[in-house]
Amino acid sequence: MLEVTGLRVAYGGIHAVKSITFHINEGEMVALIGANGAGKTSTLKAIARVLDAAGGDVHFAGEDITRLPAHEVLGRGIALVPEGRGVFPRLTVAENLMMGAYIRHDRAEIARDMEQVYDHFPRLREREGQLAGTLSGGEQQMLAIGRALMGRPKLLLLDEPSMGLAPLMVQKIFAVIQAVAAQGMTILLVEQNARLALEVSQRAYVMESGGISHTGNSAELLTDARVRAAYLGE
Amino acid sequence: METFLQQLINGIVQGSMYALVALGYTMVYGIMGLINFAHGEVVMIGTMVAITVLGLLAALGVPMGLAAVLALLAAMLACMGLGWSLERIAYRPLRNAPRLTPLITAIGMSIILQNLAMMIWSRNYLSFPPIIEKVSYEVAGAHFSNVQVLIVVLAALSMAGLLLLIYRTRLGMAMRATSQNLPVARLMGVNVNRVIAAAFIIGSAMGALAGFMVGAYYEIAHYQMGFMLGLKAFTAAVLGGIGNLGGAMLGGLLLGIIEALGAGYIGDLTGGFLGSHYQDIFAFVVLIGVLMFRPSGLFGEKTGERA
Repeated sequence: MLEVTGLRVAYGGIHAVKSITFHINEGEMVALIGANGAGKTSTLKAIARVLDAAGGDVHFAGEDITRLPAHEVLGRGIALVPEGRGVFPRLTVAENLMMGAYIRHDRAEIARDMEQVYDHFPRLREREGQLAGTLSGGEQQMLAIGRALMGRPKLLLLDEPSMGLAPLMVQKIFAVIQAVAAQGMTILLVEQNARLALEVSQRAYVMESGGISHTGNSAELLTDARVRAAYLGE
Repeated sequence: METFLQQLINGIVQGSMYALVALGYTMVYGIMGLINFAHGEVVMIGTMVAITVLGLLAALGVPMGLAAVLALLAAMLACMGLGWSLERIAYRPLRNAPRLTPLITAIGMSIILQNLAMMIWSRNYLSFPPIIEKVSYEVAGAHFSNVQVLIVVLAALSMAGLLLLIYRTRLGMAMRATSQNLPVARLMGVNVNRVIAAAFIIGSAMGALAGFMVGAYYEIAHYQMGFMLGLKAFTAAVLGGIGNLGGAMLGGLLLGIIEALGAGYIGDLTGGFLGSHYQDIFAFVVLIGVLMFRPSGLFGEKTGERA
């Protein structure tokens, strides 16, 4: 479904991503793990076209999207939940969700999807009319994921959904991520919490200073001695 | 008390016009962090276009009421086109430049527009033809005219319209989202270039309305009139909290009132040493005061180091 070939990303003279190649099949949840600064976020941003690729190409559903304008990416079926959530702080929860469906015009379906998001995250329903900036970090993460789902993407890019959240909140959010995956959503998950990412994904790529150092089935990587030593703190 | 009431009325009228102009500054700032110093000149060109069209239509024998409406529409269209062109030609290429670059470009555009206006409309004062028969009313010793009433009512209606647009439409929601987080708005599928263009176009239309009002109110126009008007409106926007729509409206109104009351009492306050023509002092005392003590304005959110 997604084919990334020789992708390079550079900004400010730094080569954040040095020619990486990977793919995601339809319906898979694939994790991209690695240390801080390994180039995971840059990779996601280049796919979502927030950053320009310095080289290589990205194909999605057979189409070359390497040079697509950023605002057309969601229309192709790719939604990014950015690092740090990026909710619109002075829009209400409901308005944030409506922004997620900005490119859609099917009002009835939008209303139905909104109900579904509220079913995933009852907390958001309670806070429907509240400004997003007043939500807790975990609630904002819920909102950011819900907002991405409102665009009815085929591929969901999640950037550090567990960052800065209490363990209980992480559990809640990952339960929803898994539920969404179980409904058939294709997901690319970037996580610093490698153990968690490997537990929920089918396959994983390990990034190290801008390149991919290991790849394989998540279950196998969980038992891989090198991975355990480097990323699972053992 | 008579002076107070009179100056309060004058201040509200002047303030309504400041508010309309201030909205143009604040909308553009809110979305792209740019102070469009050429906005005052856009307003001036609105006045000038209105005068030209009024003259043409009068020569053709078009009745004044209809001519006024057509002249206002022409001024609005001209300014919308001008605002759009400014963004497209001057500011868009500098979208990723350091903040100071577009700011200086804006000052440059302001000078270019002034000179252009001087070449087209001469360096003389032009008279703005009276568009309706002036009727004066008196309440408790204070006088006001139907022109003043019309200005306040039209300004209020157009501002209400703007609020509806911003808070009740899809474009308005996209504009608010873009002003709060531009890269994420883009992820949502918002064509940010269009939103920015819309901010310029809408702001310029309100500016043209203000330009028409200023012309009709003072019955005179000059190619440099946009400079001081722009500075005052900018002050109003800063007073209300730049980037904040309601702030620009209230800031404009408040500045008009402060200025009018200041002008009314400055003679008494200084024992006749300073006359009412020193009224400009008040706007800039307000600007300096706000920048010193409350840089985020009355209703502003926290501001960063944005130039």
